[in-house]
Amino acid sequence: MSAAHAAHGAPEPHTSTGVDNVKMAMWTFLGSECLFFGSLISTYLLYHDTTGSGPTSADVYDIPFTSISSFVLLMSSLTMVLALSSIQQGNPRAMRIWLTATAFLGLTFVGGQIFEFTTFVEEGLTLQTSPFSSAFFVLTGFHGAHVTIGVLMLLGVVAMSSFGRLGPDSARPVEMVGLYWHFVDVVWIVIFTVVYLIP
Amino acid sequence: MSSPEVHHEEGNHPGPAQYVRIAVILFVITIIEVAIYYIEPLQGVLVPMLIVFSLLKFVLVVLWFMHLRFDTRVFTWVFVSGILLTLSVFAVVLLTFFLQGGAAPSPPGLGG
Repeated sequence: MSAAHAAHGAPEPHTSTGVDNVKMAMWTFLGSECLFFGSLISTYLLYHDTTGSGPTSADVYDIPFTSISSFVLLMSSLTMVLALSSIQQGNPRAMRIWLTATAFLGLTFVGGQIFEFTTFVEEGLTLQTSPFSSAFFVLTGFHGAHVTIGVLMLLGVVAMSSFGRLGPDSARPVEMVGLYWHFVDVVWIVIFTVVYLIP
Repeated sequence: MSSPEVHHEEGNHPGPAQYVRIAVILFVITIIEVAIYYIEPLQGVLVPMLIVFSLLKFVLVVLWFMHLRFDTRVFTWVFVSGILLTLSVFAVVLLTFFLQGGAAPSPPGLGG
């Protein structure tokens, strides 16, 4: 048993290869998610200029608004990592506070995306308007869905911790959800630059 | 039969103060990204600058917040493999695009 796990009284993680199985599975999943989002970003770039008679990206994008959304998601990565740090220091209450803050910031981001989508539809950019609009809504919509799933996982961990259901190695589920959450953040870092900022 | 033990290469994880420092750097980079978007004389070098800043943010989050810097190298290779495959898909898509004479294929049922 490693010193870190022994110190927390946590069981040694399962392994068949010398590395933690669950963590390995999570990193493999995140690697496959790179392919998923990479394909969607490629499609977006391919159809970016195929707008037909519909609005172009320059007509509808609101860079200051999206910059604030990006800032909110970046800060949620900070609160997420502070939650993990708290539980690793044996402070579940602080962990729950930071996780709730992360979920709140995630919901703020999703709320901003819903507002943005609504505005775009009012300006005549719908899923069916053009290949550009389809690629845009599918890419950012799938990212929003990932953020929403992340928020549900965060709230699930908070609930489990509140009811004492996290088990002896309570840092482990927080770490796994954290990996997923940070991945969603790095995907947005790429989307924000490639989709919104690069002309 | 005994199961293999988990191989740990974890160094000391950073503390909250270091996480805040990383977040401040990420925040500053985002501000610079948005600022250069509006600076007219920088339009010629906008794309390479944005790509560099985006890459910097990506690496900072993955290394520090996702702890790849402190974890076993196996996870790094698994993740990097995914990224390399993604870049391959991207290259194939672009190649297909250019082989078709620079025109994006028009999906059925969509205008444009």
